Amino acid sequence: MSSAAPRALRVGERALLVELACGEATEAFHAELLRRRAAGALPGVREIVPAARTVLLDGVADPERLAAELSGWEVGPLPARVGGAIGIPVRYDGPDLAEVAALWGVSVEAAVRIHTAAEFRVAFCGFAPGFGYLTGLDERYGVPRRATPRTAVPAGSVALAGPYTGVYPRSSPGGWQLIGATDAVLWDTGREPAALLTPGTRVRFTVEGAAAGGGR
Amino acid sequence: MTDRAVVVVRAGALTTVQDLGRVGYAHLGVPRSGALDPAAVRLVNRLVGNPENAAVLETTVDGCALRPRCAVTVAVGGAPCPVRVDGRPAAWGTAVRVPAGAVLDVGAATRGLRGYVAIGGGFEVEPVLGSRSTDLLSGLGPPPAAEETVLPLGPDTGAAAARGSVDAPPWPGPPGELVLRVRLGPRDDWFTAAALRTLVTRAYRVSSAGNRIGLRLDGPALERARHGELASEGMVLGAVQVPPDGRPVVFLADHPTTGGYPVVGVVREADLGRVAQAVPGTPVRFTPVR
Repeated sequence: MSSAAPRALRVGERALLVELACGEATEAFHAELLRRRAAGALPGVREIVPAARTVLLDGVADPERLAAELSGWEVGPLPARVGGAIGIPVRYDGPDLAEVAALWGVSVEAAVRIHTAAEFRVAFCGFAPGFGYLTGLDERYGVPRRATPRTAVPAGSVALAGPYTGVYPRSSPGGWQLIGATDAVLWDTGREPAALLTPGTRVRFTVEGAAAGGGR
Repeated sequence: MTDRAVVVVRAGALTTVQDLGRVGYAHLGVPRSGALDPAAVRLVNRLVGNPENAAVLETTVDGCALRPRCAVTVAVGGAPCPVRVDGRPAAWGTAVRVPAGAVLDVGAATRGLRGYVAIGGGFEVEPVLGSRSTDLLSGLGPPPAAEETVLPLGPDTGAAAARGSVDAPPWPGPPGELVLRVRLGPRDDWFTAAALRTLVTRAYRVSSAGNRIGLRLDGPALERARHGELASEGMVLGAVQVPPDGRPVVFLADHPTTGGYPVVGVVREADLGRVAQAVPGTPVRFTPVR
């Protein structure tokens, strides 16, 4: 994981965009940043935003110095998998489920088995408050976005695009392939944290109503 | 009976509650939001004796009208405009007393775009994640003001002595031309050398399609040197993002926290307050800084 040193790009006056070799390295580097911030080593940093292959730090007092420093950091391993993944019960009846199964070259039932067998991890959030980009499906199950986005995707829709699974926190336009729906509350500003899916959270999707088996 | 609230009599084109924003939640997909012209907000708050980050109203183009249910101290700033209390002219850019039941009319901007209305005690709508700002991208905070909207006010604890005497001019002057200092990167290598030259030498104009999410520009398209998709990455305030049509967009307060179009450069935060006041058609020049 430390084969390629992180590369820091300047972003304006007070931010750095750190590029990493792969998604796993990005998650490990993000975890390292959170550890260092918790230890008080990143004073002034107001945002740490992980994404697919990068982590953005905003509010860096001396970006030049931090950029030079972090290429030499010893990045710790991803935090140990203590405790279980959160379970999200899904009704697998989305309008694009058959199309996704066809893209995968499997039956609808097998597509549901593939999706419920994987353990996901929230790689990053974006698009809307509480919308997490979840990785965990094997590479060969990547799917394209829909050619024409829907003007209104219902809240709770479970959807796929590229290598990611996501759940729409509220109704919004969207171009992802809809494979199902959940009643889980993805975003609640009265809750701490407001987002059910925060970067690093592990997730398993289960068939709603099915006997609990490995969900927790 | 004292009811510390104001009623919106005329909402105007777009009037929202804003403070200095919602910092620290970008990793959950929550934009910073907050007033587009923060210097104007600090000033009108100081004029009425509020903390600088108290919530104010941000108006767009044609102001708004409010009827306070109690006597209040008000200051109108940002874009200059006529101010009237029950039809009588009142001062802009300083503290004004408005009696209970009177109508405060914040007129159309004579120059600039966005006006700010501070009231002693601040607008005390329910905060969301530490801020009362309306975020038009993600729908957090109160909805934009409509006729009959009732906005609660906090207790007015401002020191009366401080009112009317502040240490800054109320208006730095509206931009006849926007000169935006830009630092190239992080994705300037996605553009041709000619495109980078175009960005810092050619003239752009403020498009009427802009909003609180971004300043849109009319002008020459920037040609990419690299094609294909950039993986989504974190975005900052002031980022100059270039969508497939090649026309740069400068990200403002309600910008998305991640995006997949390359950012050719980032505008200095200090220059963004003037962006908030630039009317459509204003010439824009990018000047490179290190």
